[in-house]
Amino acid sequence: MAALHTVNKSPFERNSLESCLRLAAKGSSVLLFEDGVIGAMKNTKHSDAVANAMSDVSFYVLGPDIKARGLNDSNVIDGITVIDYDGFVDLTTEHHTVQSWL
Amino acid sequence: MSEEGIVKKFCYMNRKAPYGTIYALESLEVVLIAAAFDQDISLVFADDGVYQLTKNQDTNGIGMKNFSKTYSALGDYDIKKIYVEKESLDERGLTADDLQALVYEDEDDDWAEKNSLFVVDRAELSSIIDSQDIVLSF
Amino acid sequence: MPLEVNGQSFETDEEGYLADLNQWQPDLAEAMAVADGAELSENHWEVINFLREYYEEYQIAPAVRVLTKAIGKKLGKDKGNSKYLYELFPYGPAKQACKYAGLPKPTGCV
Repeated sequence: MAALHTVNKSPFERNSLESCLRLAAKGSSVLLFEDGVIGAMKNTKHSDAVANAMSDVSFYVLGPDIKARGLNDSNVIDGITVIDYDGFVDLTTEHHTVQSWL
Repeated sequence: MSEEGIVKKFCYMNRKAPYGTIYALESLEVVLIAAAFDQDISLVFADDGVYQLTKNQDTNGIGMKNFSKTYSALGDYDIKKIYVEKESLDERGLTADDLQALVYEDEDDDWAEKNSLFVVDRAELSSIIDSQDIVLSF
Repeated sequence: MPLEVNGQSFETDEEGYLADLNQWQPDLAEAMAVADGAELSENHWEVINFLREYYEEYQIAPAVRVLTKAIGKKLGKDKGNSKYLYELFPYGPAKQACKYAGLPKPTGCV
């Protein structure tokens, strides 16, 4: 079983997403939530880094946090799966551990 | 304070996305209180702060109060200078169209609605900040 | 102390403001006024209803200065002044009217 990495800070604000992507093992999953959803959006300064990492890790983003910030699911980078809170719970049970990048 | 009082230029610098941290809401509350003191107030939204002004925010899914509606009340509080840094929008793939419209009603002009949100470039913003007496950071 | 109205109990804070604004009903405003030794007239209701609409739109209770200006614009200059509003709500227009309207106490306000 693989690890689930969670990132709840904006990539513009902290380097937690960058560190996560540098150190997450191949085959693991990354969930972006709270201000971390900014990292899932298209056409930002950080979009390419996420798109490039997609060959090694699976990306998920929490939909309610996207809507709260006035952002749109249609602006999520292709290949990232939008999930709800139930999906969040499922992800934690499907992985052997959860690592939070604060 | 005397009749004329001392008017200083206050600038509220907003650099954080809403909801993930408390900064955005705290700033807004301070601004609403400070507005009672008849000072020269400017609001700046730069870096992730630009996300505070996006339109169509819907917080039902996260169980928090949607305070983005409150920005529309700033005009009632005589806050007429709201600056958004253009480069911050660009870096985030956002444009002025992604932001809510903000206006104030000009009492001296038959309550005509006038724009209070200005997208400015980095150089312009830099000189706006430089001209302030006090800058409060959030 | 909870407020008892129409056989229902409503939670309030230590200053008598309704804990959950979604529970508000007109009878609650009447009961709060009676407790303050007042009776609500049409003129009171104009202000209370205005505050509820303002909160619905902007998610805040307006400061008294903002309230005064907005009432003047909506209901006429003879009502848009603090003398008129203080006569209606002697405990402070925004504070007392907000309480009757079921809204939270206005931020930094009289």
